[in-house]
Amino acid sequence: MKEVGKKRRRGPLVREAQIAGWLFVSPMVLGFTLLLLFPMAQALYMSLMDWPLLGEHHFIGLNNYWNIATDYLFWKVFGNTIYFTVGLVPFNIVLALLLALLLSKSFKGIGLFRTAIFVPVMTSLIVWSIVWKYMFATDSGLINQVLLLLDIKGPAWLYDEKLAMPSVIVTSVLKNVGLNMVLFIAAIQQVPRSLYEAAMLDGAGKAKSFFNVTLPMITPTVFLTVVMTIIGSLKVFGQIYVMTQGGPSGSTKVLVYYIWEKAFKLFQMGYASALAFILFFVVLVLTLLQWQLRKRWVFNESDT
Amino acid sequence: MKATPDAGIRKPLALLGVYSILSFISLIMLVPFLWMLSTSFKEPQDIFTYPPKLIPTAFRLQNYVDVFQLIPFQRFYFNSVYIAFIVVLGTVFFASLAGYAFAKIPFKGRNIVFLVLLSAMMIPHEVTAIPLFLFMRELNWIDTHLPLILLPIFGAGGVFGIFVMRQFFITVPTELEEAAMIDGCNRFRIYAQIMLPIAKPGLATLTIFTFVTVWNEFFDPLIFINSRDLMTLPLGLSLFTDEVGTSWHYLMSATVMATVPLLIVFFLAQRRFIEGVAMTGLKE
Repeated sequence: MKEVGKKRRRGPLVREAQIAGWLFVSPMVLGFTLLLLFPMAQALYMSLMDWPLLGEHHFIGLNNYWNIATDYLFWKVFGNTIYFTVGLVPFNIVLALLLALLLSKSFKGIGLFRTAIFVPVMTSLIVWSIVWKYMFATDSGLINQVLLLLDIKGPAWLYDEKLAMPSVIVTSVLKNVGLNMVLFIAAIQQVPRSLYEAAMLDGAGKAKSFFNVTLPMITPTVFLTVVMTIIGSLKVFGQIYVMTQGGPSGSTKVLVYYIWEKAFKLFQMGYASALAFILFFVVLVLTLLQWQLRKRWVFNESDT
Repeated sequence: MKATPDAGIRKPLALLGVYSILSFISLIMLVPFLWMLSTSFKEPQDIFTYPPKLIPTAFRLQNYVDVFQLIPFQRFYFNSVYIAFIVVLGTVFFASLAGYAFAKIPFKGRNIVFLVLLSAMMIPHEVTAIPLFLFMRELNWIDTHLPLILLPIFGAGGVFGIFVMRQFFITVPTELEEAAMIDGCNRFRIYAQIMLPIAKPGLATLTIFTFVTVWNEFFDPLIFINSRDLMTLPLGLSLFTDEVGTSWHYLMSATVMATVPLLIVFFLAQRRFIEGVAMTGLKE
């Protein structure tokens, strides 16, 4: 109600605010509409079409989705994506949590450790994957050479159907664990000291105060990070492209790799759009779940 | 990132344990870099010698020279640098302009527009990439740098920038603006002469974060660029990997050269970058 009074009094200023406001956001809003919103609608439309790169495209309803549901390769790719995600997320989160606990204390050299663990995060994924492809190489790779020193003949990591995916998972965890670690450190440091003091007075030991104070207090952050890491894992692409190209015999072919192949190698644009939309739905569900839980858990947000 | 001062570890044995765990994990993180550096100086025959040598017998700087004969490495480099430069400038300008408006100018529809922008950030890039490819094809922009420049500025990267800048401007007291308005400053002057200078820390965070993201971008170059001379570093390197096969010494000298500028930027601005990362955690 106050707003109305203000408006009447400061008419010209309010009009100026309308113009200036819209003028300032217009480049971004325009670019965003053309390069994000419009393509999004177009992707939905295309997922309902038979759309080769050249030649006629025509409406086929839900046929793409139906074909996907009966596509043997899709289910294999879907399974591989789940395998990657289930392999990566717990490994990543537990390691990040452990590192964050150790590195939220204060002792000499802490900055060095934090930096060492964080450096891979900002390194190019492509560079990181190339180096690890080399480390995993069967004859000249460092890993097998070190194993040989222990008299073990190392396997062909990236050329073995059973070992290729775990190798990619390890590479990916090491690349990104520093990111989650930083988020966890920030959360741990926001836990009020008074809670620990109270726990100590009640006679709680280190383990007890971790499970009864730290963990409950950082649960919202942990949950958000888990969801973000799941979403990231569902979109894995670069390391697969560099390290295995989806092989051997399709054992590391993941969803985004399949989308890329269908769209930009085979040019089945409609089918690929439908695949991409399935990815979108999964991400959407996860994001909504996250928002819902965030509302319940995060109380001290400065704005919404 | 400051550690809580009174949370030190006092027992020497516990400290030893912590040091050993951390040293082990840090070593795993650093070995790839050391191995990359070491191999980049090796003679080809040294790569397959057993046992492995961390310090090469002969330092062969020639590898670094040869890479430029094998691939147009200087082109990749130039393309990466100039695209990153334009994208950073564009993002910082347009995102701070919009971020200021979303934080400080009460215009109609502000909250709805902001909400739409934020929710669109969850759209996976892989979904819009296919229509965008066709769109760029219509415009004859395939195999040009335009998609690589425009998509990060106005796509999810730009929206993230708006979010970062808005968070920053919200904390600036309104009195400052009101005083300037009374002095007859128009909005753009307030933005350019009062707000931007105050927002330097936020702008720095956004700059570093955008730079690293663009420098490492791989998916867009892969789908939009075909000509060798137009490739950026990550794409060029991935292509080179397929071509040279096991000539790891060449490959490693190329990756060293691609990584060093990033490491320099990182060590100069580590805190800003980590702030940016913490913000990505907030946005989702």
